This record gives sequence, C-alpha cells and structure tokens, in this order.
Amino acid sequence: MANFTLNVNGKTQELDVDPSTPMLWVLRDHLKLVGTKYGCGIAQCGACTVHLGDNAVRSCQLPVSAVGEQRVTTIEGLSENGDHPVQEAWLKEDVYQCGYCQAGQIMNASAFLKTNPNPTDTEIETAMNGNICRCGTYTRIKRAIKTAAASASENA
Amino acid sequence: MTLVKTHIGRRAFIKNSGLAGGGLLLGFSFLNSCKPKQAEAVAAGIEMPKEWFEINGYLKIGDNGVVTIMSPNPEIGQNVKTSMPMIVAEELDVDWKDVLVEQAPLNTDIFTRQLAGGSQSIRASWAGLRMAGATARHMLVAAAAEVWQVPADEITTDAGKLYHKTSDRTMGFGEVASAASELEVPEEVALKDVKDFKIIGTSRKNVDGQKIVTGKPLFGLDIQKEGMLIAMTVHPPAFGLKLKSFDGAEAKKMPGIKDVFTIKTFKDDYTKSAFDNSAFTDLIVVVGNTTWETMNAKKAVKVEWEESPDADEKMQIFGREMKVRFPAGLESTRIHKTAMADKSKVKQNVVRKDGDPEAMFKKAAKIIERSYSCPFLAHNCMEPMNFFADVTDDMAVLKGPIQTPEIMEKSVSERLGLPVEKVDIQMSRMGGGFGRRLYGHFLTEAGVISQRVKAPVKLVYTREDDMTMGIYRPSYEAYYRAALDENNNLIAFHVRAGGIPESPLAANRFPAGAVDHYLAEDWSIDSNITVGAFRAPRSNFIAGAEQSFLDEVAEEAGKDPIEFRLELLKRAQENPVGENNDYEADRYAGVLELVKEKAKWGQEQSGVHRGVSAYFCHNSYVAQVLDMVLENEHPIVQKVTAAIDCGIVINPDAATNLAEGGAVDGIGHAMYSAMSFKDGVPEQNNFDRYRLIRHSEAPKEIETHFVQNNIDPTGLGEPPFPPIMGALANALYKATGQRHYHQPFISEKQIIG
Repeated sequence: MANFTLNVNGKTQELDVDPSTPMLWVLRDHLKLVGTKYGCGIAQCGACTVHLGDNAVRSCQLPVSAVGEQRVTTIEGLSENGDHPVQEAWLKEDVYQCGYCQAGQIMNASAFLKTNPNPTDTEIETAMNGNICRCGTYTRIKRAIKTAAASASENA
Repeated sequence: MTLVKTHIGRRAFIKNSGLAGGGLLLGFSFLNSCKPKQAEAVAAGIEMPKEWFEINGYLKIGDNGVVTIMSPNPEIGQNVKTSMPMIVAEELDVDWKDVLVEQAPLNTDIFTRQLAGGSQSIRASWAGLRMAGATARHMLVAAAAEVWQVPADEITTDAGKLYHKTSDRTMGFGEVASAASELEVPEEVALKDVKDFKIIGTSRKNVDGQKIVTGKPLFGLDIQKEGMLIAMTVHPPAFGLKLKSFDGAEAKKMPGIKDVFTIKTFKDDYTKSAFDNSAFTDLIVVVGNTTWETMNAKKAVKVEWEESPDADEKMQIFGREMKVRFPAGLESTRIHKTAMADKSKVKQNVVRKDGDPEAMFKKAAKIIERSYSCPFLAHNCMEPMNFFADVTDDMAVLKGPIQTPEIMEKSVSERLGLPVEKVDIQMSRMGGGFGRRLYGHFLTEAGVISQRVKAPVKLVYTREDDMTMGIYRPSYEAYYRAALDENNNLIAFHVRAGGIPESPLAANRFPAGAVDHYLAEDWSIDSNITVGAFRAPRSNFIAGAEQSFLDEVAEEAGKDPIEFRLELLKRAQENPVGENNDYEADRYAGVLELVKEKAKWGQEQSGVHRGVSAYFCHNSYVAQVLDMVLENEHPIVQKVTAAIDCGIVINPDAATNLAEGGAVDGIGHAMYSAMSFKDGVPEQNNFDRYRLIRHSEAPKEIETHFVQNNIDPTGLGEPPFPPIMGALANALYKATGQRHYHQPFISEKQIIG
C-alpha cells in the first residue's frame, strides 16, 4: 500500500492503496465515482475511458501510481451541470439504448473533439473505433458527435 | 371507444416499499434516495408536490398535479422504462412534462408480467397499462363531478386538467387527487380512440438520459452499500470439467481478502427451471474488500479439476418437467462441425410435411441445394454479470440486472430456505440483456455467498468469467433444397435444420404455406456447453439462412428477389397450404412493398450492391435492404433501409433507435463474432479475440420506416436483428460474386472483390 494525492474532477483526493491498482477501480471502489465503467479490463472496449490531462485514456490500464499530479476527469466531472456540448448532443440525439458504454463513448468523443473540432465521418470512426457498443448505437453516436461539433462552432 | 374491465384494486399494495402514507417510494431503492430524486425533478423543471396520493399501483398524483408512474418491467435498453409509462400517461391524459418515472418493485399481483424477454413487454402489457391510466382518469373525473356537482360525462380532460365547459370551470388533477384516491375503483372504464392519442406515437426522450450522460449510478455494478464486500468466483476452465479440490490459503493471505471457500449454487435435490441453467454449480468463491484485490486473489487460488460424468438433469421447462442431457467429455468446434454436417446429410425428424415433396424433387427441372451454419455466440452484455445480495436470518434483499426477477425470486427462496415473501428482488437498469440475463444463476450465487459471509455482497464476474461460463447462442446448421419446374416455379421446398443442442427450425413460418410440397425436419446434438436465448433465439440464424437461400432460388428462377417473395406471399394469402402457418402474409408482403418503395429498389446505382431480406418473428414484420460498396476491395455497408410493421409505434424515435441497433448488431454478429472450443476450453475470453462490430464497420446510414396502422403494438427488441443477416449475405454476393454460407463471414472467405 502507498499514499497517493490525486486530482480528480478538480478535487484533491488522498488515498492509501496498492500502487498497481488501476484508476478504474480507484474511481469506482475507493472514490465511489461509478460513472466510469468496467467492460473488459484489457483496454479493448473503451467503457472505462477518462481524461488524463486533456487525453482520453483507458483507466483499466492506468495504474494509480502513474497518475502523479495530472488532472483526472471522469464523466461526473466533464461539466458541472451535465451541459458539456457532447452531453447535450447525446441528449438531443437520444443516443443510448442500455446506456452502459456511453460514459466511455462521451469521454472519448469529448477529448477527440478538442483535438479535432470539425471532424469528417472517417475521422470520427477512426477516433471512436476503440469504444464498443453492443446495442449498436454507432450511427447515433456519430450523429451526436457531429451535432456537438456544430454547436461548439456556433458558440465559438 | 373501447370499454375494458379493470382488475387492479386501489389498495393493491407494493411490497417492501415505504409507500404507506402516500409518501415517495423511499426505502425501496438505496440507489436513489429522496434527495437525488428531488434534484432530478428540479433539473427537469418539475416542482415536487407536498403530498402524494396513490390512485392505483401504477401511479400516484401529487397535490400540485405532478404524476409518478411506475415502470413495471426490467429495462435492458429496449426503452420500456420510457415507453411503458407513456402508455399509462396517455390514458391518464396528463402532460408528459409533469411525469416522473420510477422503476416499479417486483409485484406481479399489480404489474402481472414483469419480465424482459421475447419482445413481449409492450405487447403483453398494452391493455394493462392503458387500463391503469384510464382507471385513474375515470376516478379523477368522478371526484371532480362530486366537487362541481355536475354529471361526470360532462367533464373532459386534457393535459392534466379537468374541464366543465358549460360552466367554464377548470381544475388540475392535483386538486382532486386526494378525493379520487378515496373512491371505489370502477368496474369498467373507457379507453381512448387511437386517433385521440397525444403521447403515444410522439417521440419522447429516454427518462434516464440525463443520468446516463452524467454517469449517475444506475446499473447493478454501480451498487454500493456500507459494509459491502466484493465476491468473485473461480469456475472450471473447460466445459466437461468440475471442481476436484482447491487450495485457497495463499489467496486468503493476500491484502484485502476476507475469505476463500466453495459454494453449491443449488441444493442437490432441487429441480432447476430452464432459467437456472448453469454449467458450473460447484464454485470457488473469493471475497474481499475491493474489486482489484479480489480479482488478483482469484488468480492465486490453486485448483484441481476433474472430468464430470454424463448427467441427465431434471428441469422445469415452461411448466413441464423434462430431462436434459449433458454428456461427459471435452468438446471441440472441429468435431462439432463434422457432427453437424453428418446430421445434415441424412433424413431426420419430420416436423411438417405438405403434399409429396419427394415426388416433386424427382420430377424437378432444377434442384438447388445449400447448407448454412453459424457458431456459438457469447451475449457479451457490456455490463458483465453481477448481482448485489444482502441476506440476513429473516430477509434477503437482492438488487441488480435480471430479466426474470419473478422466476429468480423462487430460485433464491428455495436455495436460501426463506419464504418468497422474505425475498425482495429489485431491478436495476441493465447494461444489456439480449437474453443472457434471463438465466439468473448469479442471483442464487450472490445470495448463498451473502448468507455465508453474513454481509452485503456484490458478486462480480470479470469479462473473462462472463464469456467463459456458458449460456451461449447455440451453434446451428441448416440444409435447404428447392425444386423448380421448367417454368421456374417453386414446386417443392425442403429444410432440415438442427444444432447443438437445439434446432432453430420454425416449421410453420414462411415459406411454409406458400409452397404445395413442403418438408421440414429437425435434429439436435446433446452437449455440455450450456446455451440460452440470445436476441431472437433460433430466428437469429434461420432467418439469415432462409433469406440467403431464397435469394439463390430467385436467382436460379431468373426472378427479382422481392418479386419472387411477393409472389409466394400472394399465394400464401390467397390460397394458403396447410392450416398452421404462423404469419400474416399480407403484413409480411406489406413490409416488402414498403422497403421496395423507400429503398427505390430497381433504381440501382452503379457501384452499389444491394441485398434484401424479410422476416417475421416475435410478432413483428421486418424487411431490410442493405447497400454495400467496395472501397479498396473492402466491403462497406453504406446504407440499410428498413420497413417494419409492429402495429402502433409507442415512441417512434426510440423505436427507430432499436431498429438501427438491431441492424448493426445483426451485421456485426454475422460478419465477425464466434465462440469456438478446443477440448472444452473456450478459445475466446475477452474482446481481443472475440470480435464485436466496431464504429468503422457499422452502416454509414440507417433509414427506418414504420407501417402506419392501428393494430395493437408488438415488440421491437428482437425482430430487426435476424433478417439483416440475410440482406448482408445477399449484398456480399452481389459485391464479391461469392455466396457466404458460414458465419462469421469474415473468417469463411477472404472478403474481397
């Protein structure tokens, strides 16, 4: 066990945990932030995506010891009132079916749009290819990403 | 106007709820305490009432007119949590913006069928949901008639308000809710005419949308409770093996680990129901403080396995006690394939025979013969199996993702030795179901573990556990034969279909009824690999096989594939063969006509390769046209156009979403997915080796059209899934010149032009 000071969703969190513990389980079990989902544990499905700094990472493969002082943002901290353009676009397009993978999809999409605010369809597909949705909402996810991009450029 | 008999009592009570006194459903859910509920209402712009009045088990009305509607059925992503309350709200005549929805507790006295399966939620509950809303509306009108001292039939309602037009008086539902709740339940109530619907048939957003996009706790895996421990199991690495001995000493010493022990999922003399099915019922359990610690300790358990013997298990299958054979041995896909091909070659059990098919095959001008197959599939719900259990001496509270809560209540009650009244099973939102969560052995396991450790426990399957513990879509094979006469008329049709361990045959479905000489045979091979319902069981293979075969027959007959099917359906409609045909030929033809029009069939564009397919299952009709293009010799699904007849559509945008998902999921499974076995060991155990369709492989566009009619609604969770596999195979043929017979298509042949 070791002590860590983490910056999660803008809050400083102190915890004593095994250094190998993936952030996924630190978030879910220790910090009770259960919006980040477990899907595969081997970085194949994207359900556990969070932001480390500005980058989308798979928290199941991110040991707590590797985080250091970098900002960790989870779905709970993406916006204060659930009104990030990507969240609003998801609501507008009513994207989800079961909804389980969508936090990961949203976190991946929001990091991607920061680097590419006006993506083509192919760029969206490539960026989102690591996030699986068994319900098959891919076409709506793509539409929502375009909606988010359009609303962001309108407000820019 | 339709009059219906009511069958709910006003005081039909909700078990284990904090409802007495008309308060909010506190205590019923430890996921949603009072505060978040209030916050949610505020976010939705709803002001919470000071007092609630329960009108019947389905709904309560606040003094300010806000309405809480219970959503009775398990939500697996099929949108029932939104669409079922919409039906109640319609008949209540309330404004949807004043409605809050809560997941109902398990109480089949009030809610009758609380099960997610067979695409039946809307179809089976349609009448009951309307009756619940209409009954409440009737009581509000009666209460207003008392207050205003006017005849009830002079009172009208609209959007949560009561009107007496002649005296120009208006009142909100909330103002008479208290008085209405004291009235006797009427024996008979009038339902709205379909033409008067204001909510049904209009798109309403998913009631959990805000929670989903902000990561609120909704799912079974999200459940937390003070003092809760995490439990995981260790099961045999191969089907055909069972536990011999284990050594958990090292695992037990690891940090955070509370205990390592074995459990039996069922008592020895217990007769399982079909939904208790489980390959591994002697399990090693590791219990710890956190998921990561428990996951690691699981790997440190040392186990010896041994081969299990032949077993004939007694099972209650839909009320009948049957023996199900699980043979000994370590099975392999290679051997399965040979065994299935052998079965396809010889005469099997005749299920239906019309006319004299053999004579027709003898005098046929042309015979077309083809075989199709598919592998086992794992359901791979994105949320792995899990369940929370808190079992004390006199009470068992279980909560989590389950499609069959009522059935599991009995299993848990029997196993824990507690009466059913002391078992409270609560439903969480589910991260996918697809049939996997009909089989709830994990509830029993969680219950036994909690009882043993005397603490609240969350049982968690890793993805690897989830994928390797069984309950798969069976592996199927179908052999087809068609006879054409010299004028290219289809004169005989023969299907021989089977699988491991069940046949996918639906002997009375199309083209039965459309061909004078028809033969359907089935067969099966026993296996110790457990299977279960998987989104549109049996149809999920046979539809694609049949629709691919009909495409070849049409081609041999020199006919357009849609016209060929329409000719057969015309025959089935005007002069059907046999009496047990279980489809309506006119509705079947209707979706084909609609898809033909909407996809502009016959106006082909160069470079776009099209396949068509149509199927009827789970009471709904779906036709799909799939457009494929080749980019760098790689097939890309450019567009899917779907035409669907599921009667009245409750929530059109959500229905469209399901139809889109069905198409994506169907293309994915036919193209990429497979479970295979070597010496009993599953060769795939996570998404690195098990392929699910990904973003870049999904259709670029999906267009969905619904047949407009006033027929009572049927389901949509399953029907759009099976036929797309046929449309895919048929488009692949047009694009590549090669027919694809064996799923997953990606591994059958190099898919290039």
